[in-house]
Amino acid sequence: MHNFIRTVAERPIARRWLLATGLSLGLLAAMPQAKAQETIKIGILHSLSGTMAISETTLKDTMLFLIEEQNKKGGLLGKKLEAVVVDPASNWPLFAEKARELITKDKVSVVFGCWTSVSRKSVLPVFKELNSILFYPVQYEGEESERNVFYTGAAPNQQAIPAVDYLAKEEKVQRWVLAGTDYVYPRTTNRILEAYLKSKGVKDADIMINYTPFGHSDWQTIVSNIKKFGSAGRKTAIVSTINGDANVPFYKELGNQGIKAKDIPSVAFSVGEEELAGIDTKPLVGHMAAWNYFQSVKSPANAEFIKKWQAFTKNPKRVTNDPMEAHVVGFNMWVKAVEKAKTVDPDKVIDALPGIQAPNLTGGVSTMLPNHHITKPVFIGEVRADGQFDVVWKTPGLVPGDAWSKHLPGSKDLIGDWVKLKCGNYNTVTKKCGGA
Amino acid sequence: MRRKSERLVLLLCALAFGAALAGGASAQTQIDPPAAAESAAAPQAAPDVPSAPQPAPLTGLAKALEHFLADDFSETDAGIGAVAATGDARAAAIIEALQDRRLLFSVQDKKVFYKDKDDKLFDAATGSAAAGAGPPDLTNVRINNRLRRTIDAALGGLRLQAGDANRRFEAAQAVLKSRDENALPALDAALAKETDARVKRALGQARAAVILHSSEGSEADKLAAVATIRERGGQEALNLLASLPAGTPPAVVGAARDAVASIQSQLAVWATAQNAWYGLSLGSVLLLAAIGLAITFGVMGVINMAHGEMVMIGAYVTFVVQELIRQHNPALFDYSLLIAVPAAFLIAGFIGILIEQGIIRFLYGRPLETLLATWGLSLVLQQAVRTAFGPTNREVGAPSWMSGAFEVGHLSITYGRLWIICFTLGVFLLLLALLRYTRLGLEMRAVTQNRAMAASMGIRTARVDALTFGLGSGIAGIAGVALSQIDNVSPNLGQGYIIDSFMVVVFGGVGNLWGTLVGAFSLGIANKFLEPYAGAVLAKIAILVLIILFIQKRPRGLFALKGRAVEA
Amino acid sequence: MLHRAGILDRGAWIFIAILAAVAIAVPILNLFVPPSSPFHVPSYLVPLLGKYVCYALLALSIDLIWGYAGILSLGHGAFFALGGYAMGMYLMRQIGTRGVYAHPELPDFMVFLNWTELPVYWYFFDKFWYAAIMIVLVPGALAFVFGWFAFRSRVTGVYLSIITQALTFALMLGFFRNNFGFGGNNGLTDFKDILGFNVQAQETRAALFAASCAALALCFLICRALVTSRFGMVLVAIRDAEPRTRFLGYRAESYKLFAFTLSACMAGVAGALYVPQVGIINPSEFSPANSIEAVIWVAVGGRGTLTGAALGAVLVNYARTTFTSGFLAPYWLFMLGGLFIAVTLFLPRGIVGTWQWWRERRRERSAHAPTSAAPPPDAAARPAE
Repeated sequence: MHNFIRTVAERPIARRWLLATGLSLGLLAAMPQAKAQETIKIGILHSLSGTMAISETTLKDTMLFLIEEQNKKGGLLGKKLEAVVVDPASNWPLFAEKARELITKDKVSVVFGCWTSVSRKSVLPVFKELNSILFYPVQYEGEESERNVFYTGAAPNQQAIPAVDYLAKEEKVQRWVLAGTDYVYPRTTNRILEAYLKSKGVKDADIMINYTPFGHSDWQTIVSNIKKFGSAGRKTAIVSTINGDANVPFYKELGNQGIKAKDIPSVAFSVGEEELAGIDTKPLVGHMAAWNYFQSVKSPANAEFIKKWQAFTKNPKRVTNDPMEAHVVGFNMWVKAVEKAKTVDPDKVIDALPGIQAPNLTGGVSTMLPNHHITKPVFIGEVRADGQFDVVWKTPGLVPGDAWSKHLPGSKDLIGDWVKLKCGNYNTVTKKCGGA
Repeated sequence: MRRKSERLVLLLCALAFGAALAGGASAQTQIDPPAAAESAAAPQAAPDVPSAPQPAPLTGLAKALEHFLADDFSETDAGIGAVAATGDARAAAIIEALQDRRLLFSVQDKKVFYKDKDDKLFDAATGSAAAGAGPPDLTNVRINNRLRRTIDAALGGLRLQAGDANRRFEAAQAVLKSRDENALPALDAALAKETDARVKRALGQARAAVILHSSEGSEADKLAAVATIRERGGQEALNLLASLPAGTPPAVVGAARDAVASIQSQLAVWATAQNAWYGLSLGSVLLLAAIGLAITFGVMGVINMAHGEMVMIGAYVTFVVQELIRQHNPALFDYSLLIAVPAAFLIAGFIGILIEQGIIRFLYGRPLETLLATWGLSLVLQQAVRTAFGPTNREVGAPSWMSGAFEVGHLSITYGRLWIICFTLGVFLLLLALLRYTRLGLEMRAVTQNRAMAASMGIRTARVDALTFGLGSGIAGIAGVALSQIDNVSPNLGQGYIIDSFMVVVFGGVGNLWGTLVGAFSLGIANKFLEPYAGAVLAKIAILVLIILFIQKRPRGLFALKGRAVEA
Repeated sequence: MLHRAGILDRGAWIFIAILAAVAIAVPILNLFVPPSSPFHVPSYLVPLLGKYVCYALLALSIDLIWGYAGILSLGHGAFFALGGYAMGMYLMRQIGTRGVYAHPELPDFMVFLNWTELPVYWYFFDKFWYAAIMIVLVPGALAFVFGWFAFRSRVTGVYLSIITQALTFALMLGFFRNNFGFGGNNGLTDFKDILGFNVQAQETRAALFAASCAALALCFLICRALVTSRFGMVLVAIRDAEPRTRFLGYRAESYKLFAFTLSACMAGVAGALYVPQVGIINPSEFSPANSIEAVIWVAVGGRGTLTGAALGAVLVNYARTTFTSGFLAPYWLFMLGGLFIAVTLFLPRGIVGTWQWWRERRRERSAHAPTSAAPPPDAAARPAE
């Protein structure tokens, strides 16, 4: 036993090991970073490790793809674009640190990044302080309009409310289960939906709200409660704001307990093609998702994008999803704004961006609004057996994103306007710009 | 000596494999239709109607089919009704084709086609085979949930007299759900002919549901219907009784209210049973995750923070096995899990032995430092899997014998969960037997209890250590196979279980397998009984606090190990 | 080594001197040297270095109980985060009407979730003195209650490590709940002022950095004083052979409880200084992984050497900063994991510990005294077998 205890450091071999490791680490650190002159740098701030890597890695690849495509077209303002990739490792303080590093050390002109709300909240003060630009590509809870951030994902009125309208009209739903992961996006979305449903005459007793922790994996009790709630004689639907990892066990449990979409349909706001790639979708056929983009949408722009993307990733099965499209639209908007401003200076680009139009992949043309959100079409898709979605409904035109929800008492009088009012939270009643 | 222990490991694998096979075999015999048939229905949906293409005279069918040309959900809805109403021999085939997305239309030719199972194209109106690939603008007729319900109702009406009793039963259930008044004549006709008692009862209940929701029907009929539904019980009955249409006679409404109250009180009793079942099921998951740790941590005293990653590796092995089967021999898919079990055991066990030889054997006697080293190892393994398989979830399918559910009274039991419980208990008993009755088990116990004495008796302790660690890791791998059925197969899979596993082992008492069993099930059941009152998060917090308090009371867990090993 | 009494040995003097130099030089080089000068410390480095110093203080607090009392807490991040939350609450209350909803009293996230009044536990957090007391009191009280139960019941070793992990895990789940009133997953962020100064101003950052260095120095001195005193000797005795110490008549649990509580207070202070410098506090700070990582810093630097703990924290975090950018980004976890394994296998004494051991041995050799060196702390820490 005691020979186990004898520590390895006492052996000469271990010392040599140490030396080697130390040397190689030193070499790695000292390695000169390849510096290409005269490029425009673009920061990519997406987690490549940790829990969020599951969603964010694809977005990093998307940005690399877009930058390569732009460089094939000759770059921007006569310069090549250069991507600066960092890994904030799903660690929120590290997001702030990396954002600061990108802006001050690498001197990037713009940053594309973040997924979770908390990561955005974490980097927000940094972007404000150092006056740079962030493009945020994910659907979120709204209630924000900042000068330095451009929100290319959906606000609640571009996803949640149309979905509920569809269920009420097409599926004749009268009872609602609002199930979500316990964090800000589901909380806010559900508050907005609750207020909206009540304004449509739905009673308290017909709304069931349930929150679960991140990564919740035992859904037996909750699904059986939903089943019970759904047997009160009126059509019931689940509006799911369940996030990330918890979705797979949730859907597996729905399938196991025999809840079919035709009995109790569910509509999700965080489940897209990437997430479905990890589930056997046959039992889920007919469950729905509401997004601003589906891979299955037929348009020439989409077909071309999918072809090039799959060629770029060398994977003919690689799927596309909504946040990717948001980056595509955001990147093209930024390119146009830089061309319009003829500089990458953040102040000039921020001023140039509102009003810029860029085609989205579903055949429309999105516009950057003065509140830094964009106009988007809304689609409802039903899950197919092959993991794709069938679009069963879409809005007739593009829906402008509301930074502040009209259905929440705290924010119904607020608007964001960075063109005329130069204010993100202008109160239309007191005629004052809130905040500092 | 050396050969013997090797043979023992082999024996163990063989045993595991055998047990799994036996489980699978009995699974095959046990899947009794009602639930399983439903999942099997989709691939089998071969028409009940002769599919021989016979030129039929132009009935109303051609006209009914026109509805499908509009590419509009409401028109399609009308079309289904119209096709069903024609009573044409091909109606069921056409509607089934629609259900499976095999119905196509061409605006150019103003014609509707359907494909059969073999992808052959037929003209829906005439039933004759279409020439070549059909018109170029051939498009699928789209369906949504509302249409799926209409389809179910229509098919329900059409299949009430199908040859197979299970299909008739299903059809009756579909009518019960749809409460479609038009099905009444068909129901009456089917009832008159039905001989199977179970189907007959279902038909009677379906008829009662239709009568309750029809605008006609006498009060006496409706009262009788309420009684029938009340007798049926369950949530579907509640649903029916709670949604009586306006204009129902007051006496019927009163009777329905009574019935609802009675069914609800009945369901409340069942809810307790349900909680207990959920608790058992959660407990079995906890046990499965913890059982390998009970070996490495409990028996060997190694704090293996990479235990969760062994579970994850097991899940990925399942994924790889299924991929290989999908590519090379799809017919074997139902056996994929049975193949994955020994594969996962061997691979995870092998990695475990490597870890023991490479890292852990230098750290015996320093439990807290193994904790740090294995934690580092878990990060490396996670990132390695992320690099190799990508960061996204991987799809692991459920074999048919694990899908679906059956009812015991009003308790719905899912096959997947039931198999996991059986599987867990099987693994547990095997392990217990291994420790108790085999040479390796004897040596393991000897080394645990007194290493120096065991060594002086000629037991090669280093070898036993490696095999024990490999055994614990292999069992974690097996757990991964089962957990792949209910959770994400992603690089983060293991992290979700590691803290829970440690809680189970510590709560149950380190070094005691029975303690782990009791610990897992008591934590699972306690959690599930707290959850309805406190919610999922608070229940979990409460359990953690309870464990902390419990450890104060009994610092060595529920079943404390006695003897000299305690202080080691 | 303890017999060479005196609160500050040579290593400690060097540590204090370096710390003082950095605390003075960094703010000056940042604020008063023009950016064009090669000696200028860029602004982004100041909060980054401040963060390292806070981590160093956390590592120091862990080393006090792990290195000297043998208590391996895998939940020390909880005390760090509680201190951070107390500071965060103070900073949130300072925002006042400058929040996006311009509510005079409620923080934005409460308005957002339709809370109408401030929860009781948020009262008085607008006063700095109150927050300052809470920063020390809350982690201290939790540690005291937890330790009181655990040490009296003689929960030791692995069992203790695992229930500390359960503690921080339970707190994490709790703080993730929005109903707890701490902002849920988004945590507390978007701070404006601290003591009337803008948190984003360079001068405030520099001051916070200096304050963190001062706190580290102060805590270091407290720890040194403690471990070189009689009290420290008893702690080491408990670490090496708890039953024996108890049989000698010492109340082991009281000693452990005191060290544990003190260490939790220090972790709380570290958290409080950390929050204004990184600008956010979120429940993931409670995650068991963070606590385990902090233990690793100590192991890397050298368990039972207070300077080593601080050094380990700075080194590992510097490595994280370096290796999460550029072409090495996808391999960061491989390195971190590899480091954990390598340190436990090849460097069980840590960097400073190995250095000390090596010097000691050389000194003894040159003195021609071929007696075996005193057993290293980690070997001695093992219970007798």
